[in-house]
Amino acid sequence: MSEIYVLRVNGEEHAVADAWSGESLLYVLRERLGFPGAKSGCEQGECGSCSVLVDGVLVCACLVLAASAVETEIVTVEGLQPAERGEMSDVQRAFVETGAVQCGFCTPGLIMAVHALLDHDPDPSDLVVREAISGNLCRCTGYGRILEAVEVATRRRSGGPGSGVGARGVSGPEVVAE
Amino acid sequence: MAMPVIVADSVEHALSALADHPDATVLAGGTDLMVEVNDGRRTPTQVIAVGRVAELTGIRVDGHAEGATIVIGAATTFARLERGPITELAPALAYAARTVGSPQIRNAATIGGNLATASPAGDSLPVLVALGATIEVAGANDRRQIPIVEFFTGPKRSALAPGELVVAVHVPVRRGPQDYLKVGVRNAMVIAVASLAIAVDLDARTVGVGLGSVGPTPLGAPDACARIAEQARWDTDHLTVDPAAAADFADQVAAAARPIDDHRGTAEYRRNAVRVMAARALRRCGR
Repeated sequence: MSEIYVLRVNGEEHAVADAWSGESLLYVLRERLGFPGAKSGCEQGECGSCSVLVDGVLVCACLVLAASAVETEIVTVEGLQPAERGEMSDVQRAFVETGAVQCGFCTPGLIMAVHALLDHDPDPSDLVVREAISGNLCRCTGYGRILEAVEVATRRRSGGPGSGVGARGVSGPEVVAE
Repeated sequence: MAMPVIVADSVEHALSALADHPDATVLAGGTDLMVEVNDGRRTPTQVIAVGRVAELTGIRVDGHAEGATIVIGAATTFARLERGPITELAPALAYAARTVGSPQIRNAATIGGNLATASPAGDSLPVLVALGATIEVAGANDRRQIPIVEFFTGPKRSALAPGELVVAVHVPVRRGPQDYLKVGVRNAMVIAVASLAIAVDLDARTVGVGLGSVGPTPLGAPDACARIAEQARWDTDHLTVDPAAAADFADQVAAAARPIDDHRGTAEYRRNAVRVMAARALRRCGR
């Protein structure tokens, strides 16, 4: 048992009490603090489904010792949305519109990885995109529509032409960015 | 009772915590340790986290020209080594850093952790062998420098004494071509089946080689390197190697490997992979 420690998640402080000191950030987020967005897949950093931002850096929450993450800013997929949880981020919307979601288990991790990518590189090449999501396994989609979603989100952020869906020839409704 | 997880804010803090808790587990990026903790294979009672110690993160260059040395803080992540100054100063290290895990892993994993874990498959380790790096470790009372080839004493065993901490890696700047090759089943998230680093020093007229995943520790190939340095024709900006000497070099490097059969590959495959990588790496470095 450890003493109480405090984690700052999505801008709010949460006290963690009576926790075993070896617990991962993923476990504490999901089981103690009520943030189930990061998924528990492999628990060894292989699948990326637990990806979160710690001080703005994309990491696997399963490989972060929770008690060592005190005094950091942790952002989970829940933190990408407004407080009322009603709206989606631009990347989430692009995933929905392109059908980049199948079973959905990998999706929160991929959303975090794509946000981390586009926040640092607003116009990534295809190779850069593939490398950026190389730590996120999806066993359903075959990645084609995920890459398409990234393309849509990228174009829409740049506000350039063709920022609607269907960039790869798939017809779909034209969506206007707010 | 002390907090079971101590987040160190200085090297002195970490060392005094280590002195107080000789059995403590040192946590850097967590990418090796937490896998074992999550799996129940390790239950540390006391953890000292060093990842946020400012003195342990960052890259600086000491000296200049031929005598320059890159000093890399032990808690520097592979994400910082794959881009920035290392791509110019020690390109093979940047290449190796880029093959570590995934972006998520490279954002957390550190070069000091790679050293302290001392896996024969540690991606940065063959590069440090090829470049002739020195490991700076600190104990409660003093600091010492350990040549890389003496640092590894067995699989996941190092010369690090109880109470000691890896604080920095000293890497000589070598003017000349470098390369890093790694065999695995995909380009990301792969533990090397076999890996090889090469570093040519056009000023010292030496060739350095490091091998990963083909022995109980990262290995050098000093005999092969000494021989090819004699056989090569050296010019100020390149070296030239004739095909027979290159083939001989590849065979000698393969002979330096001490591979075993395991679930990732057979000893025979690994030795052949080393031969192929040695020939390819030398070809890319020469004319």
